[in-house]
Amino acid sequence: MNSFWVIMLIAGMLTFGIRLSFILLADHWQPSERIERSLRFVPIAVLSAIIFPELIMPQGYIDVSFANLRLVAGVVAIGVAWKTKNIVWTILAGMVILLVLN
Amino acid sequence: MQKTHHSFFRGIRDELPILVGVIPFGMIYGILALEAGLSKAEAQAMSFILFAGSAQFMLVQLVDVGTPALVIILTAFIINLRHALYSASVSPYLKKLSPLWKMGLAYLLTDEAYAVAITHYENKEEKGYKHWYFLGAGLALWTSWQISTAVGVFLGAQIPSSWSLDFTLALTFIALLVPAIKDRPAVLTAFSAGITALLTAGMPYKLNLIVAAIVGISVGLWSETR
Repeated sequence: MNSFWVIMLIAGMLTFGIRLSFILLADHWQPSERIERSLRFVPIAVLSAIIFPELIMPQGYIDVSFANLRLVAGVVAIGVAWKTKNIVWTILAGMVILLVLN
Repeated sequence: MQKTHHSFFRGIRDELPILVGVIPFGMIYGILALEAGLSKAEAQAMSFILFAGSAQFMLVQLVDVGTPALVIILTAFIINLRHALYSASVSPYLKKLSPLWKMGLAYLLTDEAYAVAITHYENKEEKGYKHWYFLGAGLALWTSWQISTAVGVFLGAQIPSSWSLDFTLALTFIALLVPAIKDRPAVLTAFSAGITALLTAGMPYKLNLIVAAIVGISVGLWSETR
């Protein structure tokens, strides 16, 4: 019996517990109106928090210049997403720009 | 009358772009796990039990350097803490589901499945069986994570990083985010969360995502009442 499996079991249960937490709580607890309103901002806030560093500091430091190809490609992709609202066009535009500039 | 399997397959379809970025990650994870001294079964089991990409990358490194079990467990907990936000965010939509559905969807609640599912839930023009859609998106991701792990573990295969496929993840998130920004509070939320994430990027365990999300949500709420 290796400690790996004990670690996995506990870490797995904790992870599952975190993901299940509010889904189960929602049955027994009516969130305040303020919390309900705040939920609509969750995806916008989280996605922005993931995207900004991916574009602006791809090498681990802040780089706002044309040499930062991911930023250039990302800004173009934002424009395409704005215009088309289409996932495939957005990805194609971003990847083509990145690979061509590379 | 729309049927459940329509929603299910639409969920799979809408998750496909994300898979392009996720599959190379799964393969790299599999290779790294073996290099860290995990057995093939252990490497695969971690993908199955945790099903959490960034936590798995961190854990294999910790296992590699012989970190105490308690620290490993705590690290996994902290890295995955951001999923509590996702849990809260989807919870209003899952209220009427059976416990089995809730547990199944909670197990599948990763960054990549959440992003696709919540976009669908919040789109009021979309009708249909949205929990089936969530299940389709989640299972598509789950299946490709398991298979790509296995390809890394058993074949040692890897996609060249010069292809930059990881960038498709950021691009997919852009495609989901931009149309969701419809008013001023949303714009302010996006910028404040994004800038906070940059400023706090040095924080370990992805905690900057939580800090940034809280700042962004607070700014959004504040600007709504003005």
